[in-house]
Amino acid sequence: MTRLSAFFFRRRWLKLTLLLAPPLIWLVGIYLTSLGSLFVQSFWRADELSPNPIHDWNLDNYRQFLSIDPVYRTVVLRTLAFASITTIVDIALAFPLAYYATRVASPRMRRTLLVLVTIPLFSSLIVRLYSMRLILDDGGLLTWSLAKLGIDVRLGFSQPAMAIAFAYIWLPFMILPLVAAFERVPGSLIEASRDLGAKGSLTFRTVILPLVMPGVIAGSIFTFSLTLGDFITPQIVGGDNFQLIGTVVYSNFGIANNAPFAAAFATVPLAIMAVYLLIAKRLGAFEHL
Amino acid sequence: MRKLIAVITLMTAAALAATTVASARSTARAAGGTLKVVAWEGYTEKAWVTPFEKQSGCKVQAKYAGSSDEMYNLMKKNAGYDLVSASGDASNRLIASGLVQPLDPSTIPGWSRLTPQLVKGPNHYVGGKYYGVPWQWGPNVLLWNTQKYKGTTDSWSALYDPANKGKITIPNNPIQIADAALYLSKTQPSLGIKDPYELNKKQLDAAVALLKKQRPLIKAYWGFATDEVKIFQTGGATLGAAWPLAVAQLKAAGVPVSQSLPKEGATGWSDVWMLAKSPKNEACAQAWLAYSSKASVQAQVAKYNTYTPASLDSCKALGTSLCTQLHANGNVAYLNKISFWKTPLSNCGNGKTDCIPYSQWVAAWTSIKG
Repeated sequence: MTRLSAFFFRRRWLKLTLLLAPPLIWLVGIYLTSLGSLFVQSFWRADELSPNPIHDWNLDNYRQFLSIDPVYRTVVLRTLAFASITTIVDIALAFPLAYYATRVASPRMRRTLLVLVTIPLFSSLIVRLYSMRLILDDGGLLTWSLAKLGIDVRLGFSQPAMAIAFAYIWLPFMILPLVAAFERVPGSLIEASRDLGAKGSLTFRTVILPLVMPGVIAGSIFTFSLTLGDFITPQIVGGDNFQLIGTVVYSNFGIANNAPFAAAFATVPLAIMAVYLLIAKRLGAFEHL
Repeated sequence: MRKLIAVITLMTAAALAATTVASARSTARAAGGTLKVVAWEGYTEKAWVTPFEKQSGCKVQAKYAGSSDEMYNLMKKNAGYDLVSASGDASNRLIASGLVQPLDPSTIPGWSRLTPQLVKGPNHYVGGKYYGVPWQWGPNVLLWNTQKYKGTTDSWSALYDPANKGKITIPNNPIQIADAALYLSKTQPSLGIKDPYELNKKQLDAAVALLKKQRPLIKAYWGFATDEVKIFQTGGATLGAAWPLAVAQLKAAGVPVSQSLPKEGATGWSDVWMLAKSPKNEACAQAWLAYSSKASVQAQVAKYNTYTPASLDSCKALGTSLCTQLHANGNVAYLNKISFWKTPLSNCGNGKTDCIPYSQWVAAWTSIKG
């Protein structure tokens, strides 16, 4: 063992190569190659008889959703609306919880809370979505309880039901970075702020909020991008009555045998996320990475 | 290295021997070996596969496909599958790509008792040759709640009538465009729609326009039959297009529903077993094709899935009430009103090539749903 470490000590470059080769091969070989081939395919044309596209280079797929059919603009805007609502709701839900878990709760309580937050991630997405259906469907737990109170609401296969489901399934991805961000706020800064006479609300706005902002933005990147690409929630909870980017891509890949168009349309969420990350960078979200 | 070569040689020899044995046996009735099939879930259950395995000596190895495209891809990859239970939105592509071969009906014992409309179905009867053994089918019927809906029940016009706003549910499937086209072929003869699956630009546009007008009337589209049941039970829908499966489930749940085949006719699906172009185990494949044509087998499958069997003799095994409910009695007038699913291709099949292929149907469907 000592001889092995001595061997590597003398050959730093070898150690580095061995260390980085697997993730690099993964990143370039699997991740970038698949993205690249997706992009290349978006300039081809589907063959109605075969799953293999015809390689005649053209921009028709892009024209289809950029200029020809306005329905795709509606789909993109609807998806953006869902992603924004999900993110805002999740911030609103996660903020007090993360604050409580890190600043108020006992260490024991804190651990319990974090375990409870992560438990849903251990079950399959499908199971979680169908359990949401049990609550949100017409005649489900929620509508049934509201009906007992004399409120008649129908949520089954509706957009509010989808928004609730999105907010529920992606919530842990907001809570965890927020908890990490709150943890990093030094208690001494808050004490200093109080010592200097700042009230609770002022301390919150000028000390805590700026310091946890990177965590909020990191969480929002998760909730926003996960909603942007989801095609299962809109199918199970929404009954596929409200098309999102994910479901349109899915139906072109799986049903229409039109992989080139699906590939072209899949560049839209990529572009949106690129813009989102640029804005996040401007806001300084990556400075503390 | 030498050892490895020896092993490979041995294995090749064994494989060769096995092939020789298999081909020598292919003439015999008891075939033996493994039969690899691509099937829909629910088509290769133990209840009817085990008796087949005992009788033929063939071990059935089924691969379930999630979609017609997956079925097509599995056959295309030439992964050694012998048979595929293809639906109309894959069968014509399989034929056109030469991935399946025509069958000899004389080797299939139950052939003469299979529903003639399915035997001559355009989903597999191409160029005067039969490419499939009809297996299970189902009509797309008009379904309504007898207590809550009192309007028209003998015409699809009910689904396009603004008076029924917020009461309607229809399948979330691009093939619904054919339902609209079928309705237009009767109500607007000037469009010249002969076949609801062969639509040129003008005809497709008319069907799409009709469905876009229908969009605001829709309570909810349904993707899974269980969702449709839900929408009918508690979701406020009282009228819609449905499969007999949903009708049976709703009746079982105590919802007062009735079904009809409207005067304009209806669309329907038909699944057939197709034989790969170069099957690995042709003897076993032939044995399965023969077995699958049996009325008793088809009735079992139909009962299990609430589909309709293709064999006209299956009513004995189904019982009168289920037979009537599933329309398995081979009523000619009923069957002649059904246009069975087939893949829309740009080659219309009547010498013209200006038809709109399926991928554009899907794009149109996206556009309709908005």
